Amino acid sequence: MNTAVKIAGVEFKNPVTTASGTFGSGMEYGEFVDLNKLGAITTKGVASVAWPGNPTPRVTEVYGGMLNAIGLQNPGIEVFCERDIPFLKQYDTKIIVNVCGKTVEEYLAVVERLQNEPVDMLEINVSCPNVKEGAIAFGQDAKALENITKQIKKVAKQPVIMKLSPNVTRIADMAKAAEAAGADAISLINTITGMKIDIKRRKFVLANKTGGMSGPAIKPVAVRMVYEASHAVNIPVIGMGGIASAEDAIEFMMAGATMVAVGAANFINPNTTIEVVDGITEFMLRHGIQDINEIVGCV
Amino acid sequence: MKICKTGIVESVSMLSPMIYDLAVTTNLKDYAVPGQFVMIYPKDKSTLLPRPISICEITETGLRFVFRIAGKGTAEFSGYKAGDSIKLMGPLGNGYDINLLKGKKVLTLGGGIGVPPMLELTKALKSQNIDVTAVLGYRDSSLFLKDDFDKYNDTVVATEDGSIGTKGNVMDAIAANNLKADVICACGPMPMLRAIKAYAEKENITAFISLEERMACGVGACLGCVAKTTKEDHHSHVNNARVCTEGPIFDSKEVDI
Repeated sequence: MNTAVKIAGVEFKNPVTTASGTFGSGMEYGEFVDLNKLGAITTKGVASVAWPGNPTPRVTEVYGGMLNAIGLQNPGIEVFCERDIPFLKQYDTKIIVNVCGKTVEEYLAVVERLQNEPVDMLEINVSCPNVKEGAIAFGQDAKALENITKQIKKVAKQPVIMKLSPNVTRIADMAKAAEAAGADAISLINTITGMKIDIKRRKFVLANKTGGMSGPAIKPVAVRMVYEASHAVNIPVIGMGGIASAEDAIEFMMAGATMVAVGAANFINPNTTIEVVDGITEFMLRHGIQDINEIVGCV
Repeated sequence: MKICKTGIVESVSMLSPMIYDLAVTTNLKDYAVPGQFVMIYPKDKSTLLPRPISICEITETGLRFVFRIAGKGTAEFSGYKAGDSIKLMGPLGNGYDINLLKGKKVLTLGGGIGVPPMLELTKALKSQNIDVTAVLGYRDSSLFLKDDFDKYNDTVVATEDGSIGTKGNVMDAIAANNLKADVICACGPMPMLRAIKAYAEKENITAFISLEERMACGVGACLGCVAKTTKEDHHSHVNNARVCTEGPIFDSKEVDI
């Protein structure tokens, strides 16, 4: 039975990774799960310098999910290279580094710094809805997305995944723009912009007013977008958005995702990633599936 | 060590309106220290995130939590029955370092729903023969946990309406009773913690305060629950410490509140 999948020449022992920002660099969850069992760990977004993030409250619960507006707090690429990469290298899992920036130059600085680091892939965050500059500004305009993808591809030594925003009119157009500019893969969806109001205090719950919605409630939207994006391009798709079980993961794969990521569900159950890995194998056994790749895009 | 495990409810009772006492059999107790908290997972799947609840007491068999109903999650907890199983993760956060308090005169200050975590601390300090006085602030005469504190020390009480003890808050009770301390340990609403920070600076004493912030993961991964710090934090190096991991107990001098 084969659970391995391949994206841009990189082989993952299974199709399960973590959604950026929900798993740190694995350190915090290493106490609960065996990181060696994951196909890959996708790190929290890292910028060229440390970012303080947004004021609090940064998180709140909503029906069936949550809103966050962390604002990409991170220690900057130097600390990341000194601390997080050596930590991750101790494990038998692939490393996908999520990269963020306010300007094209800032993204390029991170990508360049990672050229000779032992990381397997880069995921470019052009879809964070919680920072005022950069990020989503590159992910909501096909021309801007194409431009930044091209520039990153010129500098990157590792295969490049462009992480797309669901906050667009036609996801297929964004997927095509990334592919046309040379992206090796796309991942989606990032969070859906939302808002919550405290009606007793007549105030926004989040200090940032808006936040990105994640959790099981967004799954049908994510499955639909993964389906549309994967049918618009020939490059592999990494699917995410509300995955909390192996059944959810398989649904994304059948919609067209070669790989899947577990996000907010890590907060709901710290063991979710492992349960998804094990559950996929059980599903394959139960349904006589020899190779997981058989189900990718099978609907 | 942090563990994620099922515990069994021993008892649930109402201590005062909206304030509930939940005792759970769990081996998380073996790793817990005063000042830490535990994530309790609601069963209702519309409330997805676990609720961070401070440890009120570490018992022979498990942990005791005293919480206020603040929403759907805590409302669910208040309805549990003995024998129910519940999922817990913890113990979380730094907790108090009792060694820093040895040989000191300590005041443990609890305001409102900040009272419960002061119980285990007061108990632990007393067991180490540390000179401790608990000062508890309540809204009105519906006190809770006072009898438990009385087992360990001469408890001082303040009520906002003046119905019991000093009229006012814990700071008013400190002044009225002329209480002195080398170290203050406190948990309560932000205005109280700000007053304690100012008082500690004026008196040139140390105050350890327990901060609260909205959390998602509880283990330091999501960076949702940060507090502004005066020193560079070791995680992100941006003067934003994680309340769930570097906290919830901070030296008041080290946080900008």
